[in-house]
Amino acid sequence: MVQPTLKISTSPHLKQRITTDVIMRNVVWAMLPLAAFAVYSFGISTLLLLATTTIAAVLTEHVVCRMSGKKSTVFDWSAVITGLLLGLTLPPIFPLWMAFVGGVMAIGLGKSIFGGLGYNVFNPALVGRAILQAAFPAAITTWYPAFTPDRFTQVPASTLALPFMQPPEVDVISGATPLAAFKFEGIRTETTDLALGLISGSTGETCAVLILLGGLYLVVRKMMNWRIPVAVLGSAFLLSGVFYLLNPAEYPHPVFMLFSGGLMLGAVYMATDMVASPLTPLGVWIYGAFIGIVTIVIRLWGGLPEGVMYAILLANAVSPHIDGWVQPRVYGTKPKAAAA
Amino acid sequence: MTLNIFRRKTFKHGVHPPEHKDETNGLPIRQFPFAPVIILPMAQHIGAPSKVVVREGQEVVRGQVLAEADGYVSVPTHAPVSGVVRKIGNVPTISGQMTTGIYLEPFPASSQEVQEGTPVALETATPEEIRMGIQQAGIVGLGGAAFPTHVKLKVPDGKNCEVLIINGVECEPYLTTDHRVMLEQADDIYMGMRYLLKTTGADRAIIGIEANKRDAADHLAQHMPNDLPATVEVLPVKYPQGAEKMLVTALLGLEIPSGGLPIDVVVVAVNVATCAEIGRLLPTGRSIQERVVTITGPGIKKKGNYLIPIGTPLRFVLEQVEAAEHISEVYMGGPMMGVAVSNLDISIVKGTSGIVVFSEEDVWRPQTIYPCIKCGMCLDACPLSLNPSQLGILAKHGAYDQMEQNYNLMDCFECGSCSYVCPSNIPLVQHFRIAKRTVKQHRAQK
Repeated sequence: MVQPTLKISTSPHLKQRITTDVIMRNVVWAMLPLAAFAVYSFGISTLLLLATTTIAAVLTEHVVCRMSGKKSTVFDWSAVITGLLLGLTLPPIFPLWMAFVGGVMAIGLGKSIFGGLGYNVFNPALVGRAILQAAFPAAITTWYPAFTPDRFTQVPASTLALPFMQPPEVDVISGATPLAAFKFEGIRTETTDLALGLISGSTGETCAVLILLGGLYLVVRKMMNWRIPVAVLGSAFLLSGVFYLLNPAEYPHPVFMLFSGGLMLGAVYMATDMVASPLTPLGVWIYGAFIGIVTIVIRLWGGLPEGVMYAILLANAVSPHIDGWVQPRVYGTKPKAAAA
Repeated sequence: MTLNIFRRKTFKHGVHPPEHKDETNGLPIRQFPFAPVIILPMAQHIGAPSKVVVREGQEVVRGQVLAEADGYVSVPTHAPVSGVVRKIGNVPTISGQMTTGIYLEPFPASSQEVQEGTPVALETATPEEIRMGIQQAGIVGLGGAAFPTHVKLKVPDGKNCEVLIINGVECEPYLTTDHRVMLEQADDIYMGMRYLLKTTGADRAIIGIEANKRDAADHLAQHMPNDLPATVEVLPVKYPQGAEKMLVTALLGLEIPSGGLPIDVVVVAVNVATCAEIGRLLPTGRSIQERVVTITGPGIKKKGNYLIPIGTPLRFVLEQVEAAEHISEVYMGGPMMGVAVSNLDISIVKGTSGIVVFSEEDVWRPQTIYPCIKCGMCLDACPLSLNPSQLGILAKHGAYDQMEQNYNLMDCFECGSCSYVCPSNIPLVQHFRIAKRTVKQHRAQK
């Protein structure tokens, strides 16, 4: 036998093939049906919106990497998730230039500034959305009805608004979201409409069924921690259920709470951001419950109809501390309080 | 312990790498030919290397002591073949370091009769004599650790042993050594258990076997002598169940304390092939000359389980089993905890449980190391419930003290489960090896 060239490596010599880029790509695949439904229900403006946020996010990721002299990290696909997810949290006729700013902010201030993938404290898409909400409070609460007949032929004027121009007036009332309708007018929406997405809202939050199916796909492929959505939705259901039982006239039904607004989208795709959520098994439950409870508290007593975004951002901030408190007991040791 | 009847017999976490055991588990053990030269390192075991007692040019008989045990934590090295000592000098080892060793040239025409030593009679021998007999036979842990077995069997003063665990788990992918030993050497195993029960003073024995070797478990259970206080337990397949800590937990529901040994929970655990060797050698006073090695992997044509003389050069072994020309990776031991071979001039030693060979195209290597995305897969894999993610981040910053004090670094036994699952391809175990070594060096300096 000739002397072969032997490669040496350290053990283990076997490797599971689910890599980070594969996980990220699969998250994108899981969101695509949702994005497709958003385009179907809100039309061409939504297609433009999702494309804008995604391109803005990916472009920012690329440019920041090159500016800091690193290899571009766009091929880990995480920027695509951020961009797409941001687009799915915006109203259908959100001005594109604002959406672009949001995409840049999400990656720039939500991720790159912390050191890129793996280092972000908050979910980058939500950072982008929070900035947009602060900067453009009117535009981000300007809703539009779903399934308008001309949605594939006409682009609403606000979508194409030029930067720094006042967006044209749109009929706000006709497109009010179920949460806003309930909060400000006491109107209740049918649960089946909520589940199937026959309502107004942010582009990606309307169809609960598709959100859950996408999440199920990721859970089955072991690419998502199922405990987080279960904890978020479970705690939201329980807390709102308690108040509903106390006073059904004043408080909404818990099922309405689950299926309305961004709770489902947030629980499945945002709270589960691996980087910004806890690692420890118990920590994950605490984190999820925290999000569910804060969401309901904001919805019931806060000034805003929706609270998912702030709930998740708050939970992101405390997630490293949660991990510190509940480090699992190491085999063969007595329980101890680990340092945070 | 009465509540444990409803407990699922396993341990927390762990991983399921592809097993690849079907390729060799149906192949009976076959005798390997003698190589033209036998290379015997004196440091085949943990502890002090054996002390050479023969000289160059001396003719030796198969089974003769070539080197004596140098102290308590050491074992003698015997001639695996009758022949002549050609040279005493440096021999290569898997670690890359050279160590003292003996080059032995077999007599081609010899009948290869084995020289027998002093038999250790089961009925009359004291526990102490059994341990000495085990040491004299040169027996070390054949599962891979190569720790001198007689040391492990000594129950420290003030402690007692109640349960003897025979480890037939063999959780490493590809390896079928113990599987074949259990199928073909049941009587040796029973005999070995008698010796082990006597020397440890344990009341009962449990043979732990994973469900992918149910035939072996059935075989051992069916032929179990009535007077042997032993049971066979079938465990769900999960890596690293063969690790002592995990096996004790799976079988008994007990945790070995951090930094402790099985004896701290009144258990002694011995690998099943080691047990068989004890049962075979002690009654005649023979010494260990050969061991069963699984030779497998996509780079091997004649895969199988071979009885190979200790000291057979790896190059000769691979020629005999018709390894492919273009092999690129050779692992000694299993692919999860085994060591990559850099030099085919090393030889089969007592701790070699398998040789797994790959060619370039069979190996998938991650191209990119991504940052830790805190996915938590490593936490769900670690059998000790360590936090490999946090340990990895600390290792990156060289915070070894913090790793040791706050995150139980020193408990890690490098099973590789965290590296195996890490989607970011971070070489976690390698980080931990470096950290552990650094911590040990610091401790030694203090």
